[in-house]
Amino acid sequence: MAKISLIVNGNPVNANVDPRTLLVQFLRENLRLTGTHVGCDTSQCGACVVHLDGRAVKSCTTLAVMADGHEVKTIEGLAADGAPLHPMQEAFREHHGLQCGFCTPGMIMTAVDLVHRRGHDLSDHVIREELEGNLCRCTGYQNIVESIAAGAKAMAKSDLA
Amino acid sequence: MYEFKYHRPETVRQAANLLVKNEDSKLIAGGHTLIPVMKQRLASPPHLVDLSHIEGLDTIEMKGRALAVGATAKHADVADSAIVGEAIPALAELAGMIGDPAVRHKGTIGGSLANNDPTADYPAACLALGATIITNKRRHKAEEFFQGLFSTALESDEIITRVMFPLPKKAAYVKFRNQASRYALVGVFVAKRPSDVRVAVTGAGGNGVFRVTSFEEALKKRFSHKALDGMTVPADGLNSDLHGSAEYRAHLIGVLARRAVEAASAKA
Repeated sequence: MAKISLIVNGNPVNANVDPRTLLVQFLRENLRLTGTHVGCDTSQCGACVVHLDGRAVKSCTTLAVMADGHEVKTIEGLAADGAPLHPMQEAFREHHGLQCGFCTPGMIMTAVDLVHRRGHDLSDHVIREELEGNLCRCTGYQNIVESIAAGAKAMAKSDLA
Repeated sequence: MYEFKYHRPETVRQAANLLVKNEDSKLIAGGHTLIPVMKQRLASPPHLVDLSHIEGLDTIEMKGRALAVGATAKHADVADSAIVGEAIPALAELAGMIGDPAVRHKGTIGGSLANNDPTADYPAACLALGATIITNKRRHKAEEFFQGLFSTALESDEIITRVMFPLPKKAAYVKFRNQASRYALVGVFVAKRPSDVRVAVTGAGGNGVFRVTSFEEALKKRFSHKALDGMTVPADGLNSDLHGSAEYRAHLIGVLARRAVEAASAKA
């Protein structure tokens, strides 16, 4: 077993884990943060995307021990419980950017990272290219792209990062 | 995934000592090849030595007239680096074509080279640019480093520390990607160097990355896609699988080499 200490959604977390625990398993099973999903489990689909030190990564292909000493943000960390949704979440709701919803947490975490890197004015082309690592099996990409474009603009006016 | 012990050394020397002490250890940095392989139980190293916390191992800088990229520099770091963009824009573009954004936030140049996947992008850049791969023990010329499928000149306790790229006059990388895996079905890196031209191909060779010397000679005489008119690459020894036959890959090499020469010419 290995002792790890990290920050998850702003809160310090200490745990004793088997080194082969994946970050996504640790988040879901140890911390009960089940918003992060396991889709393909092979780093293709992006349902497991979280932010590690502010950058989007696939938590199914990261060991929890590798996150020791680092900061993780999941979909649950975007907005406080009961508070208004994060502007990217709100944009997905408003523009119907989901059907079954399974890919949505990963889509939103990828989208927020995209805005951090490439700004608030995103063309459809850029959004589609950047979604390369996120699959929606309902194939609702049209509305996902619209949601991200709108969410990116809304984030410019929001206090939530 | 089978059990293993996790180590997090702070220096390359510590990491090398761990490799010597623990037989069958594996190095990990981004983990984007090793973790999937361990999940499938195709690899079951009893010890993992994590290089990702060694300070300074990811530095990107100019060293004299060469570009030095640290082994744990992530694909996103290389793609976004102003230093790389200025020195060898084709290398920055190549890094930006690997995998997807989240993969580029984790995967490293050292990991890609040490793994020498026959469809990886970086080996083509190293071979075409004439890079030197520096380890804790010695320096490898790219030509001698890549030794076939998933095979390199690295010894079991050897750790890549950085990669030195001499600056080309012109260079470009063009990749025809497998739409599902985003690896290269065929990728061609063309570099016009001060004394010669090199054309390196990834994704196609049954024995990994290789150079097309007939194209190189033609391009040395005249650096134009027209110099390749009528020239082809034999399909012998190329990969044939459900994604494309050897003949198809041979055809793509010619097409992509022409496009790469055009792209390299347009840049200068």
